[in-house]
Amino acid sequence: MSHLLDRLNFLKSTRQDTFADGHGQTTIESRDWEEVYRNRWRHDKIVRSTHGVNCTGSCSWKIYVKSGIVTWETQQTDYPRTRPDMPNHEPRGCARGASYSWYLYSANRVKTPLVRGRLMRLWREMRKTMTPVAAWKAIQADPAKRDSYTKTRGKGGFVRADWEEVTEIIAAANAYTTKTYGPDRVFGFSPIPAMSMVSYAAGSRYLSLMGGTCMSFYDWYCDLPPASPQTWGEQTDVPESADWYNSSFMILWGSNVPQTRTPDAHFYTEARYRGAKSAVVSPDYSEAAKFGDIWLNPQAGTDAALALAFGHVILREYHLDRQVPYFEDYTRKYSDFPLLVRLDEKDGRYVPGRMLRAADFTDGLGEANNPDWKTVGIDSKTGDIVAPNGSIGFRWGENGYWNLEERAGEQAIELSSTLILDEDHDDVVGVDFPYFGGAATEHFTRCDHPDVLTRSIPVRRLKLKDGDALVTTVFDLFCANYSLDRGLGGDNVASSYDADVPFTPAWAEKITGVKADRIIAVAREFATNAEKTNGKSMVILGAGLNHWYHMDMAYRGIINMLVMCGCVGQSGGGWSHYVGQEKLRPQTGWTALAFALDWARPPRHMNSTSAWYAHTDQWRYETVTAGEIVSPTAPAGNWAERSLIDYNIQAERMGWLPSAPQLKTNPLDVGRAAKAAGKTAAEFVAEGLKSGTLEMSCEDPDAPENWPRNLFVWRSNLLGSSGKGHEYFLRHLLGTDHGMLGKDLGEEGRIKPVEAKWHDTAPEGKLDLLVTLDFRMSTTCVYSDIVLPTASWYEKDDLNTSDMHPFIHPLQAAVDPAYESKSDWEIFKAIAKKFSEVAPEVLGVEDDVVSLPMQHDSPGELAQPFVADWKAGECELIPGQTAPNYIAVERDYPNLYKRFTALGPLMEKVGNGGKGIAWDTKVEVHHLQDLNGQVSDEGVTQGMARIDTAIDACEVILMLAPETNGDVAVKAWNALEKITGREHAHLAAAKQDEKIRFRDIAAQPRKIISSPTWSGIESEEVSYNAGYTNVHELIPWRTLSGRQQLYQDHEWMRAFGEGFVTWRPPVDLKTIAPAMVQTGGDKHVVLNFITPHQKWGIHSTYSDNLLMLTLNRGGPVVWMSEVDAQKAGLADNDWVEVFNSNGVLTARVVVSQRIKEGTLFMYHAQEKIVNTPGSQITGKRGGIHNSVTRTVLKPTHMIGGYAQLSYGFNYYGTVGSNRDEFVIVRKMDKVDWLDTPASTKEAAE
Amino acid sequence: MSYFIFGVLPYVALTVLVVGSIARYERDPFTWKSGSSQLLGRKQLIWGSILFHVGILIVFFGHLIGMLTPVELFHALHISYAFKQLMAIVVGGIAGAMAIIGGAMLLHRRLFNPRVRASSTFADTGILVLLFVQIVVGMGTILVSIQHLDGGEMVKFMDWARAIFTLRKDAWHIVADVHWIYKLHILLGLVIFILFPFTRLVHMLSVPVRYLWRPGYQIVRTRKRNASQPAE
Repeated sequence: MSHLLDRLNFLKSTRQDTFADGHGQTTIESRDWEEVYRNRWRHDKIVRSTHGVNCTGSCSWKIYVKSGIVTWETQQTDYPRTRPDMPNHEPRGCARGASYSWYLYSANRVKTPLVRGRLMRLWREMRKTMTPVAAWKAIQADPAKRDSYTKTRGKGGFVRADWEEVTEIIAAANAYTTKTYGPDRVFGFSPIPAMSMVSYAAGSRYLSLMGGTCMSFYDWYCDLPPASPQTWGEQTDVPESADWYNSSFMILWGSNVPQTRTPDAHFYTEARYRGAKSAVVSPDYSEAAKFGDIWLNPQAGTDAALALAFGHVILREYHLDRQVPYFEDYTRKYSDFPLLVRLDEKDGRYVPGRMLRAADFTDGLGEANNPDWKTVGIDSKTGDIVAPNGSIGFRWGENGYWNLEERAGEQAIELSSTLILDEDHDDVVGVDFPYFGGAATEHFTRCDHPDVLTRSIPVRRLKLKDGDALVTTVFDLFCANYSLDRGLGGDNVASSYDADVPFTPAWAEKITGVKADRIIAVAREFATNAEKTNGKSMVILGAGLNHWYHMDMAYRGIINMLVMCGCVGQSGGGWSHYVGQEKLRPQTGWTALAFALDWARPPRHMNSTSAWYAHTDQWRYETVTAGEIVSPTAPAGNWAERSLIDYNIQAERMGWLPSAPQLKTNPLDVGRAAKAAGKTAAEFVAEGLKSGTLEMSCEDPDAPENWPRNLFVWRSNLLGSSGKGHEYFLRHLLGTDHGMLGKDLGEEGRIKPVEAKWHDTAPEGKLDLLVTLDFRMSTTCVYSDIVLPTASWYEKDDLNTSDMHPFIHPLQAAVDPAYESKSDWEIFKAIAKKFSEVAPEVLGVEDDVVSLPMQHDSPGELAQPFVADWKAGECELIPGQTAPNYIAVERDYPNLYKRFTALGPLMEKVGNGGKGIAWDTKVEVHHLQDLNGQVSDEGVTQGMARIDTAIDACEVILMLAPETNGDVAVKAWNALEKITGREHAHLAAAKQDEKIRFRDIAAQPRKIISSPTWSGIESEEVSYNAGYTNVHELIPWRTLSGRQQLYQDHEWMRAFGEGFVTWRPPVDLKTIAPAMVQTGGDKHVVLNFITPHQKWGIHSTYSDNLLMLTLNRGGPVVWMSEVDAQKAGLADNDWVEVFNSNGVLTARVVVSQRIKEGTLFMYHAQEKIVNTPGSQITGKRGGIHNSVTRTVLKPTHMIGGYAQLSYGFNYYGTVGSNRDEFVIVRKMDKVDWLDTPASTKEAAE
Repeated sequence: MSYFIFGVLPYVALTVLVVGSIARYERDPFTWKSGSSQLLGRKQLIWGSILFHVGILIVFFGHLIGMLTPVELFHALHISYAFKQLMAIVVGGIAGAMAIIGGAMLLHRRLFNPRVRASSTFADTGILVLLFVQIVVGMGTILVSIQHLDGGEMVKFMDWARAIFTLRKDAWHIVADVHWIYKLHILLGLVIFILFPFTRLVHMLSVPVRYLWRPGYQIVRTRKRNASQPAE
């Protein structure tokens, strides 16, 4: 047909019909053109997948494929229905996800393996005459050769390579490093397994079979709220977003739900339609603010003060002046309120000490098993002192009493929360509490209160094993800490909300800027709602609070409110911390695959915050001293005289925190020597450490033997997104150009660490090889030595889960990986295969010695009732007790590939488990052999279940996890029943026959099965809510007392003043003064640097996506208030330089009424590869948001071997906070794009 | 040279114009558009566009009528060459002036409005420049025409146009000795014909004039392929 001929219809009758009284007309012209639009939306197939981007969405998407090309994506709408009276989950998705398919065929796509050109030239030259490992050795042995490529990192110069060659370079580097320095010098960083479990597991399985170090992420991202493990012994467990609908009062606190939880926000809207009230706490007028009935805007960083004032009102009106029966009952059963605390005498004054234990009594209260770990209270029925069930001492070494029944053993009890009645106390004494408000910098309100506040406490005098002691209840101390006047006399307490006493509403008004009457009103509404609904008050909170150095205070302040009102563990109530997509629902099925627990245990895990702090040499620039944060009420000790890295080293030495590398000597050599000496690894290392023949690496991070040598980064943009102290990474880890403006402690003449060995010249360029896997050319790729093209989220098979809903999702290959890319699973398989070919040049079957800190949820959490350092002679060095354990693990390097692709024997021999329980898994292993097939090749894996494809790997996870295999769920509950002495299996019994396979979730998202790994349940009655099984099944929290632990009695907690929650102003990082000279007298303004999650991207992903860039300003921006803009002489869209002693970034400024004066917003992780000009100060390209940050460790996060305060991978440990930072902002008068060609010198080879 | 320009090129130009336009309409119907930049900025556009379009349409139809109307018709209507010439100069002059003013405004906007400039193709700018030059040259011919108001020169162009359409071999002779500025004007005109199918000029063929007299304001296209069957 011809378009023209079709139009030549002049001779035909036009036969126009009209309608609507002639206003409308019907024509008969050709409609063929409409086909074009129909074809636009025609496609060959639709495949279900999702986006693995740590957004917590885990949304189901339809991926449309047409002629072999992914054309677009739309939201799936086939989630299983919720129950009646609840809105459904759909629609899920957001504009960012809808733009993803752009990446697949964009110019940003990494299409082929890339190698730094100079490295490639060296490699080919060496390989002409040498074997692979020898070739790598030759390059590393010659400093000029090594420098030639390490110093040009980030400056372009990639050449294409083929897979064969590139995997050989990597394998040779890994083998050389393992042989020369030890396998623990091969690091791997990949975050958030929940976003693509198999892709994560691919790399971590390879590393774990080698003995490499898997680095943590949740703590490094500062998404881990340490307050959660401190209070509940739980990493993070939160309600699903559907449970918001069950709430009737919600506080959104520093969480911008519509912007950062876009697919879930509808539940919030629906709850509001249903009648729920809501208060929004946010310094800026955020997108969420408009949802609130009331908007409170405290100064950023003062949230703890606000929470304390809320708590003050709740205690006064609902616990003291009037006692709400539900609250009284809840806190007695489910919190540590009724438990006893010893008061320590120091210089004639009293401070709260340890919680009283059964072991403190001469008869041990009849407790023979773990009396040191059984907390005690007073039974109000008999007046007896009892050790109630559920404390952590009951969890290990005995069965049947680790529960929250109101019993001590078999005896029914009812604990008493207070000694306030005259007949209950022997005396009233003054007890000291620290007050840190005076330490505020000039940017925050400082107030005139002494740094020690003495308040009156009712006490009981008891005769203990070591003499007389004063004891009181946690609740009595708690009320005093909140400065409530209970008629006991004394100072520093308030009976009126107007009193200028910490932590009244009037006091909080001064600190936060929020009016006292509004604080009182919100507190009352929150508590009254909880009273009427039995706990359906909820707080939704996130990074806005958690990224501060003293995040624990804000968090514990809020948790206290929730516990006081009985909200935790009640549907529609509780603590809704949404930051990262850490909820790996089929976790225990996944750990076996990911850390190769089927072949060897334990794996090498490292907490990234401490590792990067040491290896990027941020510790050499530490401006915060322990003296600034230690409590005036600290127990005796030299707390102030040690630097933060000294605390970390001590924690590693005592087995609290992990180490990487572990020993200065190659652990393969240690293993060989131990064997030769006929000793166990633990004995051999203990002797070596004591005699000094062995050294821990942490004591000298700058020694070349202790550098991380190889680093894999996959599913991550470490250098473009999460790398706090970006410029320190560039300088010390990579050894390339950087924008640091500050000097180190040596140059500044400050006090140096005492435990860490100081080198006058810091090393630059510690890494031999940086390998990044990505589908897009991210900032990290740009700085890498080797970039491997990986499959996008529409090109691979994988699994994905989230906190926000109870479904398990697939990622699926809608099309084959484009260009030369491969899935992460196939890439690491290829590297493993090459490694097995290359390694025999230098490696065979080896004995590796792995060090292991005291683990959370293991008997090791009872290791250290008291703090004692073996190096200081305070105790004997006992591996696994007073120091890390040292365990020999066999590595079979030539068979690494075979092991990688088969399910090893330990699952059958040892079984599986998690969170302190274990179960047999033989049946599942046999099912996997049937499902995936058995390895037919001869060798060490013949007959084992195959794990060849990514789908095979998915099936391993799904088969082994209780959440996706009903049989396993029942086994897991049965295992827990033994310990609690109660029946729990009914929670999974109805789903016992259910086995979720990969093809099931490809057909439709599937709801997971209730498992003891989590504290909520999946049911047709309630939505998922954290703490539900603790409250309703009486399973203790995994804390010292087994209850919600509102008092932290560890010595270091008391030393740093955080036994109880208090107000701690942001710390002074001292980064402004040294950089002020750079302003050159120009107009400028100093602002608090805040880095929230953005609207046009998810972390750095999408920040280089044209579709998203088009919606904003097409490159990096910072947001500023009109007032501050005026001060600095800035107009909207001006280019500015943002800097302090850490470094410099460049961006356009958005001037907005939305922003509160005194703060600068920079949505985090805007890629510096897009539209970023050069800095006038450094002459280098401007950095990313982390160019002006540096991470600072907090000693209280290092505590280990102590009940809930025990290390777990991504579970407890140091966190990378970054919000206390201030920056100088000034206008750039010259915008230099640095787009001229490199000088001949730079370009010359 | 004259033979080529006035004897051959016209056929080439007309062929390209017709075949090219049909080909584009058939092959690439979605590129058939006026390419309006009104969204990017209305300033200067409205006045410039109206002046330019009104002026150039008058000029265009003036040329069409003046050159292709059979000379006999003028005789029959007793219109003298001199009167026709005068009409052409007066009406053409006024319309040409409008087109020059409007064209200048549009050209300025296209070159100096950054948003419009950034979204202009080479063809967009080129054709506007060419049209502008053509109008200027056309106005230049008035200066020559004014020197011989008898219309003798004009008749030559009428004859030439007629000769072209009647396929006379010697058509080029007719205009071989006219002033160079006329020749330039004709040459540019033919070039514009050639470029016509490849530029936005094609929108001339799709002007929705029917809008002026359509009966309704809601247009519904019938689903019936064969409109002769009664609607159900």
